Amino acid sequence: MSACGYRRCRWTRSRCPIDSNLAVLLAVDQELRRNSGVSLAEGQMHFERRRQVFASTLGSLIDQTRCLSGAGFSALSYKDGEIQKRSYPNSFGGQYQLKGYELIEELRLLQHAPRIAEEAVALHDADQCPEGETDLILDSSQLGLQIHESIGHPIELDRVLGSEANYAGMSFLTLDQLGSLRYGSPMVNVVCDARESHGPGLGTFAFDDEGVPAQGNDIIRDGRFVGYMTSRETAAAVGGTRSNGCMRADGWARLPLIRMTNVSLQPGEQTLEEVFDVERGIYMETNRSWSIDDKRYNFQFGCEIAWEIRNGKRGRMLKNPSYSGISTEFWNACAAIAGREHWTLWGVPNCGKGQPEQVMGTGHGASPSRFRKIKVGSAYAG
Amino acid sequence: MPDSLFEQVVDAARALGVTEIEAIVSEETQALTRFANNTIHQNVSERSTQLSVRPVIDGRTARATTNRLDRAGIRDLVAEAIAITRLTEPDADLLPLAEPEETAEVHRHFDSTAQATPQDRAQAVAGAIRVVESAGQTAAGIYSTDANEFRLYNSRGVAARYRETMARFSITAMAADSSGWAKASACDRHALNPLALAESAARKAAESRDPREIPAGRYTVILEPAAVLDLAGQMFADFSGTAIRDGRSFLNDRIGQQLFGENITIYDDAAHALQAGAPFDGEGVPRRRLTLVERGVVKQAAYGRQAAALAGVAPTGHGYPMPNDAGEAPMNVVIAGGDSSVERMVASTERGILVTRLWYIREVDPYDKIFTGMTRDGTFLVEGGRVVAGLRNFRFNVGLMEMLSNVQQLSPAVRTSGEEVFDMVVPAMKVSDFNFTEVTRF
Repeated sequence: MSACGYRRCRWTRSRCPIDSNLAVLLAVDQELRRNSGVSLAEGQMHFERRRQVFASTLGSLIDQTRCLSGAGFSALSYKDGEIQKRSYPNSFGGQYQLKGYELIEELRLLQHAPRIAEEAVALHDADQCPEGETDLILDSSQLGLQIHESIGHPIELDRVLGSEANYAGMSFLTLDQLGSLRYGSPMVNVVCDARESHGPGLGTFAFDDEGVPAQGNDIIRDGRFVGYMTSRETAAAVGGTRSNGCMRADGWARLPLIRMTNVSLQPGEQTLEEVFDVERGIYMETNRSWSIDDKRYNFQFGCEIAWEIRNGKRGRMLKNPSYSGISTEFWNACAAIAGREHWTLWGVPNCGKGQPEQVMGTGHGASPSRFRKIKVGSAYAG
Repeated sequence: MPDSLFEQVVDAARALGVTEIEAIVSEETQALTRFANNTIHQNVSERSTQLSVRPVIDGRTARATTNRLDRAGIRDLVAEAIAITRLTEPDADLLPLAEPEETAEVHRHFDSTAQATPQDRAQAVAGAIRVVESAGQTAAGIYSTDANEFRLYNSRGVAARYRETMARFSITAMAADSSGWAKASACDRHALNPLALAESAARKAAESRDPREIPAGRYTVILEPAAVLDLAGQMFADFSGTAIRDGRSFLNDRIGQQLFGENITIYDDAAHALQAGAPFDGEGVPRRRLTLVERGVVKQAAYGRQAAALAGVAPTGHGYPMPNDAGEAPMNVVIAGGDSSVERMVASTERGILVTRLWYIREVDPYDKIFTGMTRDGTFLVEGGRVVAGLRNFRFNVGLMEMLSNVQQLSPAVRTSGEEVFDMVVPAMKVSDFNFTEVTRF
């Protein structure tokens, strides 16, 4: 029996009353609309407390309560036949963590509203992101989604074994690649970790939905592919003697599936200055679009905003940035990862999988990182 | 039962001094048999009833929802909805609840679907698996049978009811280095032909084996209906009065303009024989037939009651349940077809690519309406008027206005199911200059 991420949360109706939440959102709304170029301001907060009791004839009796908070806002600007948008702290609703109201306070929403409004409007006059190959630096929120799509989904062992073939698809990580595939450069270390010690991610729990205790497992160690996410039924397929605790259901009436917990890129050893230390490159921030093939090889991401980097410094703003590539080639091109002080555990609240579809929250820790010779701009090419 | 639920809602509201209230009761039974690796590995059935209520108090409104339908649960729900309504900011544009209007009857409930058993689904799945297995391939897919009822009431006399059943069969056939896919849906499950779908998927997997890689670039494509649906279907949320007012639609400043080719006509018709869905919207307003695009010119957008009042037009009956931030959208889209066929499109193509379906489609640019995504489960090279080989899959980046201006041929429109948008009635299309930007590894 365990409580997870509950006692420490400031999460009660008296602690986060709806009228004060509305007051914060309305203040953000007012601040965004103070900029006359903003056509549409949107803000939201989300609070959830879920208690779950799991009992099985194997002897489990597990009582878990998880509290989730989320918040964010965006400014949309329509001008002269162009729509631009900026979001804070992330797109598609903002940041989500297994926290209480303290998350809302940490985000300092109002403080960031003027900058976000200004950037949304300034994007209209920015230059188009060029097409070509360049060193690419990603902010941690975009890198979180990159991890989700190009590492998190391919390591789902049920997907590898064909259970999801009709809908979500399969995986390029066939069983013969375990232990041998060079998935990233030697500095790339990725874990799948559901334990509280990893942080308050949407994939943090005490036990999974088969009653297996939360675990932390290496997925990529020093750039080499070393682990899948498994279940009690599938673990033996990769020589496992037990599940590594990744079975999750989105409600009491649903069958658990192998789902991401917190799939995170471990912090690196570079300073932020070292990450940006390139003669020429592009820095992209905040996801705008994401797409990857059904075996998780070829991806394309668009971001809300970018800046040219010259000799380690931010230069001109670029609009409509995008980048694309092949998952393994991208991670093998990783050249710098910022340290723990820049590492953020991002929440993806809306990961879909299964038939009938189940929606799950997943966590992805990342710090700003640099990748060599990445293809950019092809979303607008041709 | 649902009528008495609404009486309890009204009584509970009156006890708290509120007379304007709306209630929605939805009952859903969803049953699904899932198979993979030539074996059924999941058989689930879920039945649920939900009640949601929305008071209107002094220009304020909010909604609360429960699945606790005893008297105390309903009383608590109404109290909660009233409490949060009173906390919201007044909305000067909020309308009173809708008045009752006559709605056309549609018959979309079939006992054959509602009463389908796990054995019925398993037998159909077993037959489909045999087809794929006999081709030396591996099958995965689903067969689902759902029965839903939706009732909407309000204190001004609206009492709208809609029942629908829906059956869906989807199958992927996998060979060593290729795959094929087919999917269909129908209110009456006897209108589905799982064996024919399995044969189509197996044939595509066989014909796309040993896929060739050809360079990305602009090609003439033949998009089967599922590919047309999942790509063209992405734009219809923009045919919304609220989206246009918010400045987030690609139709901002473009209503009345020629955006597509003259062979493109699109309408929204809840009464169409191949359509499904309620003939009234989220406030109980009857859905009107809309001409969205006529010979390439954008003619109309959908309007819920509030958006219509703000725009000074009549509501079209396409609003989502209030309150919401999306407004409304066409829900029964029909893209008018032509007299060609996929076979004739192939026969008339000197060099091109035949596409079964598209996947993971996401918006790249909201105003130029550029989308990216991948081909999947059956991509073929067409040369000299015939399919000559399977191809490795492509990534595309395509602007919908350009694509729908480059349509050379259309097949008759058919009810079509994909994975990215809801079902619509669309044709296959032969399109020139379709922009593939990358090739993947399979």
